[in-house]
Amino acid sequence: MADIAMIKTAAETGLANLFAITKSLLPGDAAHREDAFRRFSERGLPHRRIEEWKYTDLRALLRDAAPFAGKPTEADIAAAEALDGPLTAIDSIEAVIVNGHLVRAPAALPPGVEIVPLREALGSGHPLLARMGAVGHAHDNAAYALNAAFMSDGAVIRIAAGTHVERPIHLRFLNTGATPFATATRVLVHVEVGASVTLLETHAGPGGVGYQPNGVVEMVVDDHAKVAHMRLNAEGSDALALSTLTARLGAKVAFDSFNLVAGTQVSRHQVYLAFAGEGSNAGIRGATMINGTQHADTTLVIDHAAPGCTSRELFKTVVDGQATGVFQGKIIVHSRAQKTDGRMMSAAVLLSEEGTMNNKPELEIFADDVQCAHGATCGQLDEDLLFYLRSRGLPLKEAEALLLESFLAEPIGEGIVHEDIAAALTGVIDGWLRARG
Amino acid sequence: MLQINNLVVQIEDKRILNGLNLTVNKGEVAAIMGPNGSGKSTLSYVIAGREDYEVLDGEILLDGQNLLEMEPDQRAAAGVFLAFQYPLEIPGVATMTFLKASLNAQRKARGEAELSTPDFIKRVNAAAAKLEIQKDMLKRALNVGFSGGEKKRMEILQMALLEPTFCILDETDSGLDIDALRIVSEGVNTLREAGRGFLVITHYQRLLNYIVPDTVHVMASGRIVKSGGKELALELEANGYADYRQSDAA
Repeated sequence: MADIAMIKTAAETGLANLFAITKSLLPGDAAHREDAFRRFSERGLPHRRIEEWKYTDLRALLRDAAPFAGKPTEADIAAAEALDGPLTAIDSIEAVIVNGHLVRAPAALPPGVEIVPLREALGSGHPLLARMGAVGHAHDNAAYALNAAFMSDGAVIRIAAGTHVERPIHLRFLNTGATPFATATRVLVHVEVGASVTLLETHAGPGGVGYQPNGVVEMVVDDHAKVAHMRLNAEGSDALALSTLTARLGAKVAFDSFNLVAGTQVSRHQVYLAFAGEGSNAGIRGATMINGTQHADTTLVIDHAAPGCTSRELFKTVVDGQATGVFQGKIIVHSRAQKTDGRMMSAAVLLSEEGTMNNKPELEIFADDVQCAHGATCGQLDEDLLFYLRSRGLPLKEAEALLLESFLAEPIGEGIVHEDIAAALTGVIDGWLRARG
Repeated sequence: MLQINNLVVQIEDKRILNGLNLTVNKGEVAAIMGPNGSGKSTLSYVIAGREDYEVLDGEILLDGQNLLEMEPDQRAAAGVFLAFQYPLEIPGVATMTFLKASLNAQRKARGEAELSTPDFIKRVNAAAAKLEIQKDMLKRALNVGFSGGEKKRMEILQMALLEPTFCILDETDSGLDIDALRIVSEGVNTLREAGRGFLVITHYQRLLNYIVPDTVHVMASGRIVKSGGKELALELEANGYADYRQSDAA
């Protein structure tokens, strides 16, 4: 049977044109970019018949490929930095990335911490770049491949062996502009043996502009290291935000990642986690609040390739209006990954008749001595609990807010030990609940 | 204070209350007794404003205000308090947070200033001490992992704190041992005062040894079929509900 070539969409044609124009201007190894773009264009934008994208039809959602944002002017930087996020108040080592370009690196770094702008690292062929793409499952993913083809800037971060970084490193990805634009940022973090670090990400941008950020954070975490990662998606109201986190964990690693989605017309957050060494623990958690016609997708692939590792996934979603939530979680347990303990839970509350939640947990287990469980719930707030609270004097919205706050706070309480960060993220939840009226 | 006239209520086409009339005066403790299924709990829920019930006829007046036109939280602010037969567990909501939110919501609805945190804590601690509630219980999620007796004491704590004018106790004695029954009853008795009315719903006369009622009403098939003084409770204890059961079925 002859191959049937799919007709390219306007966005696919646009991306091909953009790649042809910009590839020679982008730093680093052109062959890598060519290869990445080929991996993307062979299949094009993923659509609902691609299982991994079943509930997030990127071909339909991405109508036009916006041009990549140029280097921001001083005025752009000032406008972007005015986007004050709740994590800004946390005392941190801060790097600011505006419209995909690292514009402000931390002034001073503690011993054992190296932060190099990605553009510079690509230009000079930084040795750590060899650690990119450490989690194979992400390789052919459309968002990841597009990012690899177009990445303009970001950071390469190295935490030297045994270094305990006291203050969190905060990467502020800020966007500004009045017309649609795209960004592709990449951050590579290597946490060496026995080091520990807290990494924060804030993503924010203008309301009413259909900009298209596509960010990738890759972490390589060596034996006995400890990573706490908190991410806030507060992108603008009309943004289409793709994000990918990959993490390759060595032995006896403690890894926690939390993602809070509190904005954005369309968001898809992908986590590709690989256990490569024995006896590591990972907690992947998140909370999502959506309303209007927003669409928020969380997709996880947790790959237990080594024995004796524990993974905990807990995701909470609150859906209001005609919004759509998606949770896809896959746990793979290889035959050699005996004594794996994996538990995954996705719980959603639908506040309206028109809201939708799609839950798709998957387990692929090839070992026989493992404990794996998954659960997915989807429902309304409990009428009995609401009546109980209202009978004590709480108006309906307040009663709902109290129940929703406790619902959404669970993944924060379970994973985040840094009290100020937990409080700041809880504040985002409160703000969203108050805005419901 | 509370006046119920010809109350007719159904749930899913099943008639539960059939023209119930009841008056409870200020300062009065009225007990309602009756067999299972006579509609006692329905009455308490309808007064408090639960939405599952369809009120076909009648009115419930609290100091002249028609409760049936009010939301549950408005009724609470107007002075209604229902101590639940089965208090609900609310995971993730600290008891203190819940108590403060409730009290301040009611104060706000009545146009009163919110209580300061030190004032609030002082009030809670005083009420908790009377009911022998440990302070660490107040830090835990509301009712989660509480014993039956602890849950009932927590209901009375809320009642003491919110200072309602009309209190409904729905089978507060169920699931209580003698000691807990004594503590809960003493908690209720200290709240008895001239301006406050009580409706005490129970199967058994036992509770009424501790909370001595001014009036006793017998409920059967969705209406009050006999009213009297506290001696009526003793009579029921001796003779059972046989005389009233299905007395006016069909």
